[in-house]
Amino acid sequence: MENLLRNKALSGWLLATPLTLVLAFFLVLPIILIVVVSFWQATEFSIIPAFTWENYEFLFGSPVTYKVFLNTFKYAAITWAMTLLIGFTVAYFLAFHVRTQTWQIALFLLCTIPFWTSNIIRMISWIPFLGRNGIANSALLSWGVIDEPLEWLLFSDFAVVLAFVHLYTLFMVVPIFNTMMRIDRSLIEAARDAGANGAQILWNVIIPLTKPGMMIGTIFVVALVMGDFITVRFMSGSQSANVGRLISNDIALLNYPSAAATAVVLLLTVLLTIGILLRFVDIRKEL
Amino acid sequence: MTKINRRNLLKGGAAFAAGSTLGAPMIWAQNIKDVTLRQFGTGVSNLNEVAQKVKEDLGFNLEMTALDSDSVTQRAATQPNSFDIADIEYWICKKVWPTGNLQAMDTSKIKNYDKIVGIFRNGKLTPDSEIAQGTAPHTVGFTSGPDGKDFVQEESGWMTLIPTIYNADTLGIRPDLIGRPIKNWSELLNPEFKGKASILDISSIGIMDMAMVVESMGEYTYPDKGNMTREEIDMTIGIFTEAKKNGQFRAFWKSFDESVNLMASGEVVIQSMWSPAITAVKSKGIECVYQPLEEGYRSWGGGIGLSAALTGLERDAAYEYINWYLDGWVGGFLMRQGYYSAVPETSKTYMSENEWGYWFEGKPATDVITSPFGDPLAQAGDVRDGGSFYDRMGSVACWNSVMDENMYMNRKWNEFIAS
Repeated sequence: MENLLRNKALSGWLLATPLTLVLAFFLVLPIILIVVVSFWQATEFSIIPAFTWENYEFLFGSPVTYKVFLNTFKYAAITWAMTLLIGFTVAYFLAFHVRTQTWQIALFLLCTIPFWTSNIIRMISWIPFLGRNGIANSALLSWGVIDEPLEWLLFSDFAVVLAFVHLYTLFMVVPIFNTMMRIDRSLIEAARDAGANGAQILWNVIIPLTKPGMMIGTIFVVALVMGDFITVRFMSGSQSANVGRLISNDIALLNYPSAAATAVVLLLTVLLTIGILLRFVDIRKEL
Repeated sequence: MTKINRRNLLKGGAAFAAGSTLGAPMIWAQNIKDVTLRQFGTGVSNLNEVAQKVKEDLGFNLEMTALDSDSVTQRAATQPNSFDIADIEYWICKKVWPTGNLQAMDTSKIKNYDKIVGIFRNGKLTPDSEIAQGTAPHTVGFTSGPDGKDFVQEESGWMTLIPTIYNADTLGIRPDLIGRPIKNWSELLNPEFKGKASILDISSIGIMDMAMVVESMGEYTYPDKGNMTREEIDMTIGIFTEAKKNGQFRAFWKSFDESVNLMASGEVVIQSMWSPAITAVKSKGIECVYQPLEEGYRSWGGGIGLSAALTGLERDAAYEYINWYLDGWVGGFLMRQGYYSAVPETSKTYMSENEWGYWFEGKPATDVITSPFGDPLAQAGDVRDGGSFYDRMGSVACWNSVMDENMYMNRKWNEFIAS
């Protein structure tokens, strides 16, 4: 027995086994199941385990699918750009402008405060704020900025993106801040000694060195936005759709195979997107 | 140590399973107070007050779970062991009954069966009423026998659901923000209300509201709104997609609370709505009318079904519960919120003369009308929107329904929401 344990190869395998089993049962198996179900047939209240392409045929045959996927990408792209801009700025401020570590930690914790409530609450609290008779409109009206309430503030793409940015910016701040803290300050000194100005340092030193953090944040935000359905439902007043809503509608109507087919296509799309993103930056350096 | 192999493990497991299922009813038999019935259904009648009163009057526990219509259907169809009593609508019954997850109920055990209104027995409110389109409750209310999976059109003595609650739905409006009379369903798509209209995002009900609007606009007359052909579905949803693209709708709603908020906040001034939602808006002191329309109402009915798995003492408790349900207290409770009870006459004893006059007979209130929760809903002199029970239930144009082309309709509905 002892001899066996001394065998490096064997103990290596044994140590890896628990995690492998957990992943196999809770990640790989469910995904396989989803793929299998996506080829089944469904009637209104039963699922028939018979092979069919019907679900995929319907999915790819409907112009709505393309529209909805396009919409999903649109939300992801806009949210990504906004969260990156805000997240980078906040992280930059925290990492390079706040001098003491105590303040850095304090301000960083301040950023996380909204996360102490559920994200549904954070999202829904926008509704009375943005409504036709909401605080935003009444304030603008009383300042004389507008004559009529702005309709597009609520139940619109604007509202959806606003909620996404609000919900997910922290997922950008954290990894970017983390990478920035690891940048060797002497590099910045060296750049300054070599005559670079602030903008040049930012562009040629800090941004390239922060790329892995930005990439991790990007993966978080893109995956979260592409998989979301509840934000889109509430903030658009059910009037816009992304892929998540297609899936949730199918599930509500008991059409699990169709939902599974959509989920498979979404999974592949997200994997593909992340695969492409990873071609640009090697995040392994970061981990 | 005993060797653990697969065979021993299975034996042990089987013994354990047998012990836990067989042993349980004996424990229950000792005391009915330990019986717990799990009821689930849409929010309308899943009220904690009912569960409390059951505990007081009958002694056993009733656990209530409220879900939206889609989830209710899903659960009734796919998780038969997760409930004892299903509080569902008749159109849901049409979908769920063939799965065999519910059991037929013996009408001879229902004390007030003879007093149940005609709508749920032969389909006729009064002997000369016409039966409306759609899934009329009596068409899916009876089955052939204790093990029937089919529906029969006569009073067979075996009911699929015991009717409990029903109402006639129409559009809700904010008269203070509209400022003129509304008489037709077609007003929902009137450009005057651009960006201020809403419709509910529950396909099987929404499509019926759409059909009422399309007919009212004079675009098309359906042979049967409750069972459209593919072409009719395309045409109906096409008209609404066009309106959506033109910005007619402010939002769609899926849950009761959403509809209340949309109306109360003034985001929407005309929309499909449910009766208690109107009540909820009114109780905030905001003017809101459940507008009777010339084309008639879209009606719905709900009832209680028993899980096929329910047996023995628990089933007896469930029958006792059903009899209690039809005995009047719940009926009065529901009628004071604007619904109707399946056995109105028993509810009368639990309502004041003023309440009965206002809610059922359509008479002007002689005093303040309050909801069961104490909120004032109407002042002396007010008349219920739509009038009496016979006026309202007598002008039902269609019942909530499930179509033969339901799958197709759902897909089209999905496209409507996504477009």
